[in-house]
Amino acid sequence: MRSLGKFLIFIARLVIRREKFVTYIQLTIDECIKVGYNSLFIVTIVSVFMGAVTTIQTAYNLVSPFIPDYVISLVARDMVVLELAPTVMAIVYAGKVGSNIAGELGTMRITEQIDALEVMGINSTSYLVLPKIIASLIMYPMLVVLSAFLALYGGFVAGTITGVISAADYTFGIRADFIEFNVFFALIKAFVYGFLVAAISAYKGFYTVGGALEVGRSSTAAVTSSCIAILLADYFLAQLLLG
Amino acid sequence: MIEVKNVSKSFDGKPVIEHINGVFERGNSNLIIGASGTGKSVLLKNMVGLMPPDEGEVLYDGRCFTDGNKELQTEVRREIGMLFQGGALFDSKNVEENVGFPLNILTKMKPDEKLDRINFCLERVGLENVNKKMPSELSGGMKKRVGIARAIVNNPNYLYCDEPNSGLDPQTSIRIDNLIKEITDEYNITTIVVTHDMNSVMEIGDYVMFMFQGKKLWEGNKEEILKSDVKELNDFVFATRLMKNIYPR
Ligand SMILES: Nc1ncnc2c1ncn2[C@@H]1O[C@H](COP(=O)(O)OP(=O)(O)OP(=O)(O)O)[C@@H](O)[C@H]1O
Ligand SMILES: [Mg+2]
Repeated sequence: MRSLGKFLIFIARLVIRREKFVTYIQLTIDECIKVGYNSLFIVTIVSVFMGAVTTIQTAYNLVSPFIPDYVISLVARDMVVLELAPTVMAIVYAGKVGSNIAGELGTMRITEQIDALEVMGINSTSYLVLPKIIASLIMYPMLVVLSAFLALYGGFVAGTITGVISAADYTFGIRADFIEFNVFFALIKAFVYGFLVAAISAYKGFYTVGGALEVGRSSTAAVTSSCIAILLADYFLAQLLLG
Repeated sequence: MIEVKNVSKSFDGKPVIEHINGVFERGNSNLIIGASGTGKSVLLKNMVGLMPPDEGEVLYDGRCFTDGNKELQTEVRREIGMLFQGGALFDSKNVEENVGFPLNILTKMKPDEKLDRINFCLERVGLENVNKKMPSELSGGMKKRVGIARAIVNNPNYLYCDEPNSGLDPQTSIRIDNLIKEITDEYNITTIVVTHDMNSVMEIGDYVMFMFQGKKLWEGNKEEILKSDVKELNDFVFATRLMKNIYPR
């Protein structure tokens, strides 16, 4: 409870900003590259395989002759859009970006770089953390959209190569009964997770005390806490928007 | 002038500095000396507001820095240059960007003016042709000197140096001491240097505060330090054979 309070104060201090607006633009662009561009590789790999495996396993489970083949890709699509692309990818994102943020800020803390900023009269919280959170809010939804496309493509390739579904059925299936709200829902999830991962990891890194060992610990704690927060948020969002 | 009045700080109930008083005059090189772990760095951090003191206050030319006025604190901080004990260079930025950082944030200088100023400061600490190097590519002593260049780049009114010459060879060390003294005289600023190097004390000590286990035990100048009758101070000053031989008592 106390750490939740401390976390909220931390977030509040972000928005009391002092530096020139332009400073933040450049910093945010730099962070977007770190957060988004540098995650492309892992997102691509994970998404393609996730889509492929989902398609094949769905096909495996739907063996009844009464169910038309296109249902396979329809089910796979809904799983990808609603859960896999936003939520599972968020876990991957927490592992990649969250640990990175916590490690970077933790190192800056223990080597007195944050103190150096403070002594220069800079609000170190907003200077260092705000660009990371904004970058994450911008980039993570984009990564989710990309991930969904790649996963569906991965499913297409795997499905047609293994012959569990024909190209025509697959394409028909991912178009059938399409609910636009699902995409909207996925994007809401993406914004929430993007914020949670960046803010929690920054918080963990920022308040690192000690040495190199503790920086490692903060990174791990950042990933663990982010994952828990993601799953809790997933549950509450589902209740709130689908219930 | 920086005044420290009755400043104390403890961690987890364990006092680290207790009731420190001192006046650091403008135009002087003020030294804080003492053995490792006596709380010199902690005192410095209390003075620049990185740690709030448990009690007492710190005044910058009469402006109270410790009463929680954020605007004033920022205003004063923008007049402070500080060298941290470990250098505290930003490791994602190269030397030039590190030194120029305060200029970017705090001034509206044009890029070529900035570069001139950066090169001027780097020259003064005896570093040339390292502009594009990253901190990880520098030696410990070089990092320290870049740290000094960054501390002085924005013409501070108050200059803090936490052990500016630990890890430096004797010649560079003296060069840094003299540089600090020169800057102090030239710009008439208030300089505070933490050190445990008796060489520096004898070179530049206009005012010396001796700390022992969190308390101020003695203050005076570099001439007086040789004649004091405080046992702990004498043990500290005459710890080396060199000092004993040069200043026999
Ligand atoms: N953030 C902190 N939390 C708890 N204890 C601390 C903290 N910072 C410093 N201390 C303790 O305060 C004491 C004084 O530390 P300080 O860094 O001021 O020593 P110092 O005089 O600068 O020594 P040195 O010459 O080795 O740098 C030490 O015993 C240290 O363990
Ligand atoms: Mg120290």
